[in-house]
Amino acid sequence: MADNVTPRVRVPRDAAAGESIVIKTLISHPMESGQRKDGDGNLIPRSIINRFTCEFNGQSVVDVTLEPAISTNPYFEFQSLVPESGTFTFTWYDDDGSVYTDTKDIAVS
Amino acid sequence: MKLTRRDSILLAMGASAAAMVPFTANAAVEDLINAFTGGAAVGDAGITLIAPEIAENGNTVPVEVDAPGAVAIMLLATGNPTPSVATFNFGPLAGSQSASTRIRLSKTQNVTAIAKMADGSFAQASSEVKVTIGGCGG
Repeated sequence: MADNVTPRVRVPRDAAAGESIVIKTLISHPMESGQRKDGDGNLIPRSIINRFTCEFNGQSVVDVTLEPAISTNPYFEFQSLVPESGTFTFTWYDDDGSVYTDTKDIAVS
Repeated sequence: MKLTRRDSILLAMGASAAAMVPFTANAAVEDLINAFTGGAAVGDAGITLIAPEIAENGNTVPVEVDAPGAVAIMLLATGNPTPSVATFNFGPLAGSQSASTRIRLSKTQNVTAIAKMADGSFAQASSEVKVTIGGCGG
């Protein structure tokens, strides 16, 4: 279905304890809305990422429900608290059942 | 028929009420808002929605919402074929209850954000975005 899905995440390498950091995520995905028609006038079926989550050491930072109105290559920017060193886990859930994940480590001083 | 002052005022009110109808009578949007709020009253303080006034390309319109103290924010594009855009649920580690993303808009319309606050109240903000090229058809 969705080919060449590549998640990209930007997280600062280190931070002070309790600091709020900015995280930017982008995943390449066509986000076919289900509204478009192909050359023969047939509806192209919907194929989107319907959920995105970000967790830090197992605790939820943000959990987003996506609808077809999110643009191609869904981009999110949000902030997270980092109480200690650990790992961010980013998960994208595709309509076709695929799950894409990415992880980033952060050192807290 | 001779128009009295009272008649003309009534007429003007009727005309403006008729003009309002296309904006308020969007049943799908009302349903979505009611499903999210459970029918509770929606205030307008404590939420900021930043969207461009004019979007040349309706395929990627950058929007940003910020609602300190919110547990969830729902984004709606009232003029899209399906008005839902996204729902952000903030966890305990969210650094601030704000997020930005890029959305599709099919035509010039109002973008609405509704925040569910930690105390159970709701706040709403809207912004009109003029779209030059729509982003939903094919």
